[in-house]
Amino acid sequence: MRLHYQKRKLANYVALTVSVGSAAFGIIFLFWILKDVFTFGFAALNVDFFTQVSAPPGESGGGMAHAILGTLTITVLATAFGVPAGILAGTYLSEYGRKSKTASVVRFVSDILVSAPSIVIGVFVYAILVKPFGGFSAIAGAVALAIIMLPVVVRTAEEMLKLVPDATREAALALGAPHWKVTVSVVYRGALRGIVTGIMLAVARVSGETAPLLFTSFNNSFWNFNLTEPTATLTVTIFNYAMGPYEDWHQMAWGAALLITATVLLVTIISRIIVRGRAG
Amino acid sequence: MRRLMILVSAFMLCFASAKAASAELLNGAGATFPAPLYSKWSYEYAKQTKMKLNYQSIGSGGGIKQIMAGTVDFGASDAPLGAKELKEADLVQFPMAIGGVVPVVNVKGITAGQLKLTGEVLADIYLGKIAKWNDKRITDLNPGVSLPDEKITVVHRSDGSGTTWIFSNYLAKVSPEWEKKAGFGTAVNWPAGVGGKGNEGVATYVKRIKNTIGYVEFAYAVQNKLNHAKLKNKAGNFVDPSMDSFMAAAEGADWKGTPGFGVILTSQAAKGAWPIAGATFILVKENPKECAKAKEVLKFFDWAYTNGAAMARALDYVPVPKNVSDLMEQAWAKEIKCDSKPVWGK
Amino acid sequence: MSDNLKENSGGLEVSTSGADGYVSLSARRQSSGKLADAVFKGVSYAFALSVILLMALVFIVLVKESWLSIKAFGFSFVYTSVWDPVAQEFGALPSIYGTIVSSIIAIVIAVPISLGIAIFLTEMAPKRLKGPIGTAIELLASIPSIIYGMWGLFVFAPFLSEYVEPFLIDYFGFLPLFTGAPLGIGMLPAGFILAIMIIPFISSVSRDIFQMVPSILKESGYGVGATKWEVIWKIVLPYTRSGVIGAVILGLGRALGETMAVTFLIGNAQEIKLSLLDPATSISATLANEFTEAVEDLYLSSLVELGLILFVITFVVLALAKLLIARFSYKGGNL
Repeated sequence: MRLHYQKRKLANYVALTVSVGSAAFGIIFLFWILKDVFTFGFAALNVDFFTQVSAPPGESGGGMAHAILGTLTITVLATAFGVPAGILAGTYLSEYGRKSKTASVVRFVSDILVSAPSIVIGVFVYAILVKPFGGFSAIAGAVALAIIMLPVVVRTAEEMLKLVPDATREAALALGAPHWKVTVSVVYRGALRGIVTGIMLAVARVSGETAPLLFTSFNNSFWNFNLTEPTATLTVTIFNYAMGPYEDWHQMAWGAALLITATVLLVTIISRIIVRGRAG
Repeated sequence: MRRLMILVSAFMLCFASAKAASAELLNGAGATFPAPLYSKWSYEYAKQTKMKLNYQSIGSGGGIKQIMAGTVDFGASDAPLGAKELKEADLVQFPMAIGGVVPVVNVKGITAGQLKLTGEVLADIYLGKIAKWNDKRITDLNPGVSLPDEKITVVHRSDGSGTTWIFSNYLAKVSPEWEKKAGFGTAVNWPAGVGGKGNEGVATYVKRIKNTIGYVEFAYAVQNKLNHAKLKNKAGNFVDPSMDSFMAAAEGADWKGTPGFGVILTSQAAKGAWPIAGATFILVKENPKECAKAKEVLKFFDWAYTNGAAMARALDYVPVPKNVSDLMEQAWAKEIKCDSKPVWGK
Repeated sequence: MSDNLKENSGGLEVSTSGADGYVSLSARRQSSGKLADAVFKGVSYAFALSVILLMALVFIVLVKESWLSIKAFGFSFVYTSVWDPVAQEFGALPSIYGTIVSSIIAIVIAVPISLGIAIFLTEMAPKRLKGPIGTAIELLASIPSIIYGMWGLFVFAPFLSEYVEPFLIDYFGFLPLFTGAPLGIGMLPAGFILAIMIIPFISSVSRDIFQMVPSILKESGYGVGATKWEVIWKIVLPYTRSGVIGAVILGLGRALGETMAVTFLIGNAQEIKLSLLDPATSISATLANEFTEAVEDLYLSSLVELGLILFVITFVVLALAKLLIARFSYKGGNL
């Protein structure tokens, strides 16, 4: 009897230790990765990094300014394509579709698209935009990112709009406001904070994407202000530079990695704080 | 929300105006073999002319495909296309530089040029038939060199590559078994090994993994301080890769008599010839759609022919001799036409 | 279609604002409100439909672009292991094998750890630590995959080849799974980095699901003298079974489609080796490496077909995950 009890106690002890260990494991990796990205990355950051374009191998100096601009351009464009579409679709789900069959199919498809392999989206955009129109371009890259963003925005917009209580809608409707106006000036306003947070997260996520850009926005070693030309991005440049054999390329890649990781983490943390502020 | 929209539209407006004012940009993609040279050239050219030439090294296979698909203004490849393929794809091909592919090893204690190999042994290593560094066939070639009892890790290209084309072309010439099992091409069915993307990828893997052998373009071997192996050439001499040994291989080439200028320089008979040498080519459309761009591309390569030789040598490439580049410019004038008018003419 | 509707709405706005008559103001307002309502509803409906259309379009375009290869190889494409661009013979088996095996490795490593984390967060962590630790784990999910790949190549691969793989070879080398040279890149390293990437997904979904277990169930467990582990093992896990399986499959879906990290670490070799230390390839890595470089139409078409296969596999897996999670949240657990 006593033995049995001790066995149970031991099993309990072992299992709980394993569980604490798992949490520690996750956190160790987070800090391990962040430590390396920050230490190697900081060493690479200097004024040139933010002001110069890439130099050929063997040439000293050079920077990532063109890639920073490219990432900003493509991300902003993708946001301009993906966010309005996503919010409207989310509006349908929350305000009109609700429990309709279409709405549930849209939800199902969005949830699958959220996790669809991003490289396949790149192949898709290559087939519909790059090949027929003869060239890699910032626009093609932005479309690929917008497609990846769309389902995320649809679902968060819906969730956030749903949080607005029905009583609020009914009150506004009772005052004689048309449904669309209620949606725009009452429901949207009520859910603004949540939607903005969702958009921030979606933007953060796509700004770190690489795979869909390989065959769409391609890469460029110079400044590019033309949306129909190949454009450098931080992530694709990291891919090329990290795979490259030159030490100064690796340095640059770490610098870019730091920049993108810090931005994404910052946005994620800020949006978390916003959400928490709302709950509390 | 509205503020966001205003921001976005302001941003777009900036772009529209920037687009109108921007200098022209030429896009090229392909071989990784000459990439350091092309990026050096374009860096200098941009300083002098404000014309930007964006070259992305994605592999020769990619260069050929992207120029065929018309997604770039020129392609670059180390694998010469035949006259018939050129005709079918509406392409013109011309050499820009000559270089060599070099077997590189990462074995503890082995320094550059210390290891001697023959073509047959190299082929059998890549076939997986020679699996250990202290295999008798390797030690027989290298008396007095201590080789470890470790497995050989073979590194090859994971992408379509002209370097692979030249390398596998050489292996197919010296090993009938290689020819039968793997053949030659920009990408082959590798019997063994790890795949690295681009010359860069192979160089990185050879540097990072112990007991490896890989093959990279000479400039990559030099710049990355990788240890090359000596090879036995057709004349029976063990030679080191160098500008001289590449030049020796190129000397016998008959540019004029080869249709499409697709000269192959592997396993040449000259006494001092490096056996895995090759030229690297540029591909442009024979009947380009955008005439102005086509002309700018040719202008760049003309500039490179006239002013680029010293830069090429500094980066360990053999520049194309003057008589050959003259021959090429004559061919441009004759063959490349836009709206049935010649694009090139000084 | 959506464009059409947009134009319509633009036109309507002009006519309503321009026709604000004095007499029938309220009537007009009502009718314009109705029209605007219909338009707004129509536009949002169109965008909602566009999500479905998009999915269909991706599928159609992939099928169309891979038609050449489907016609040439038929179903044998899936079970042929030759990938020979010279002979123009393509088989997807090495890529499919690599995708599935690396994902399974990831799941085998990630599931116990993720569940451990979820249990820690719901049942054990002091309240003050719950938030920060949960956030820290979720931050792992927001690190871009290219960073995992780069870090994996520069830091983790040398670490594996120096310390972990020699150990595996020395002590488990009798198993065919752990033979070969300690390269630091290959199937196992790819699976390992994937595991780190999917841990946050599985752990956060399972944490949410664990929190849905009614406390009365757990309390009755403690009431009869069960240990914490017994409550977890015999009450929480059975109650949340389908939800947890859903979470695991969700993680699997992520792992299958992951590209950059795998491309850096899997070694890119088109072959099927039993040893997990040997280089392999996955569908996504093959695409990332070869897509811009395939010369011949058939080659390219075969690559697109690989993409199609990946799309279908992830679709099935994710649909399954979603159904399981939905079943859990609608009906509660099934004891």
